[in-house]
Amino acid sequence: MQTYFRAALAVYLLSALPAAAQGIDETINQMFADYTGWYVSLIFAPLPGTNFSWIAMWLVVAALIFTFYFGFIQFKGFVHSIKLVKGDYSDPNDAGEVSHFQALATALSGTVGLGNIAGVAVAVGIGGPGATFWMVVAGLFGMATKFTECTLGVKYRNELPDGRVSGGPMYYMVKGFQERGLPGGAFMAILFSVFTILGALGGGNMFQANQAHAQISNVFGDFPGWITGVVLAVVTFAVIVGGIKSIARVTEKVVPFMGIFYVLVSLVILIMNADQILWAFGQIFQGAFTGLGVAGGFTGALIQGFRRAAFSNEAGIGSAAIAHSAVRTKEPVSEGYVALLEPFIDTVVICTMTALVIVITGVLNQDPETGLYIWNAELGRIQTDGAVSGVALTSAAYARALPWFPVLLMIAVVLFAFSTMISWSYYGLKAWTYLFGEGKTKENIFKVIFCLFIVIGASANLGPVIDFSDAMLFTMAIVNIIALYLLMPIVKVELHSYVRRLKSGEIKKYV
Amino acid sequence: MTGKIVVGYDGSAAGRRALDFALARAKAQGASVLIAHVLEWSPYSFLTPEELEERHVRRKEEMARAETAVMKPVLEKLGESGVPIETVIKYGHIAEKLSEIANEAGAMQLVVGRDGNGSLAARVFGSVAGTLVQITTVPTTIVP
Repeated sequence: MQTYFRAALAVYLLSALPAAAQGIDETINQMFADYTGWYVSLIFAPLPGTNFSWIAMWLVVAALIFTFYFGFIQFKGFVHSIKLVKGDYSDPNDAGEVSHFQALATALSGTVGLGNIAGVAVAVGIGGPGATFWMVVAGLFGMATKFTECTLGVKYRNELPDGRVSGGPMYYMVKGFQERGLPGGAFMAILFSVFTILGALGGGNMFQANQAHAQISNVFGDFPGWITGVVLAVVTFAVIVGGIKSIARVTEKVVPFMGIFYVLVSLVILIMNADQILWAFGQIFQGAFTGLGVAGGFTGALIQGFRRAAFSNEAGIGSAAIAHSAVRTKEPVSEGYVALLEPFIDTVVICTMTALVIVITGVLNQDPETGLYIWNAELGRIQTDGAVSGVALTSAAYARALPWFPVLLMIAVVLFAFSTMISWSYYGLKAWTYLFGEGKTKENIFKVIFCLFIVIGASANLGPVIDFSDAMLFTMAIVNIIALYLLMPIVKVELHSYVRRLKSGEIKKYV
Repeated sequence: MTGKIVVGYDGSAAGRRALDFALARAKAQGASVLIAHVLEWSPYSFLTPEELEERHVRRKEEMARAETAVMKPVLEKLGESGVPIETVIKYGHIAEKLSEIANEAGAMQLVVGRDGNGSLAARVFGSVAGTLVQITTVPTTIVP
């Protein structure tokens, strides 16, 4: 009798599970939106009298200032950057230390992620094809920002007594400000660390988990997000707390190939639609200045493009300065040169591929008569096939050309998400230990919190998550860019000295 | 005659055979021996952020381990041989690095061993001896 009772109870519980699961998702979503909404509105508040958010302006103005201040370093130094990555200037006796290539590859695996796949789809879905143009522009100028922050990251990194290397904005804020006799460095470093922890939990975690779940349920059918969240959290836990390095290592090795494969597949689709390429570029240029029916018109496209570029390549956010600082070099400027390739690869190459495929495959619905895009006011974005957004839109676009692609995209998305999470758990941890000091228990507390947020991120809706993620990353940029402005004269001195010694042959070329 | 023979040594039995061969030749010719140990390393590999942070420390540990576990035992045994011996530990692509070391030392000969099995693995990944045959610029002896 008792066994029957148990069996009946089990059946009852199982049947109730999906409903309960949906309930959990909704509760998490509501709580999340309630608690973060006010802050998001503050960060994305428009400049008075316009509909242009002040934060996008903040990043773009910074990128422009650095571009002019360093004399268009991203164009003049591009060839030199590639030579550095190839190892032409690396001392052979330093073999076995972190090379320029390795620092760049690791930093890239933190930034190449869902921003390039899902983020671009969001931008093009809301801002139209024109958003692509502004994204590329922001990417090109962002290269100068990256140059500035990574040079400083290497110059003021900390070499710990046990030989480990630790760097990032916290360190250049403290040491750089001291060197220039400026007050407030320590305070800014604390502020930056707090925002880095939140950014790690937002863009570096919840957004990734959210879109990984979106693509998995896109392929296998809908199921509650917390399930994906728990699985991802367990694997991440195994890596960052359990120290199962093999998983991280495998991801780290597979991700670059996934990235290359993604670009190749995009190129194949573009070639398949070769007759449409000129038309697509036409849409992008036209849309960039008119909006082509997008709400907000020209500025709508502009804001979306700038927002996505910043979110994707993280120029000015400060995260790259942490990743690049372990490189073996005597010249901080050399790592700045290498780092400026990051926004180029991330935004100008990979993001543009996604955008071109979305535009060229025609998943964005157009009015056949006017050629304008059909605006769905209810969803606040352009009408698409299946009314999808984010990663599902990218998936739909690629599937139009290659029907098997969604499954592959799912694998890529999960891996990209995972590698970005691993990178950001590290950035977050660096900020955490900067605030609270090093120690096993302290570090584990952060890592457990990080894993919990994966579950929240996978459960919540895209809207609140993406807004919160953006808001946190941009808050890091506020603090970081103020520091960059104050410290850029130091970078200039370094740059001049470097260029002079490069010309005189004092900086040796080994190959 | 004061030539130098460079020998690639990794602590294995095959490496040991190569070393013995080199020592015998050096003794007969009055030459010296440079024992080279190369740690496989590519500057184009992918590392996690944590590995980047620890790389400098790990490198020191790896060098120290190579010194104590590979070089020291063999040097102790060779103490009586009467042949002048030097050692060098480097990072890099093993075959390329050995060829480079031999070149820089102005060696009259490079000697390496081979394990002679795992032909499938060698076909897929390449073998040190096989690669050296293709790239070496110094007369090279492969000791079976």
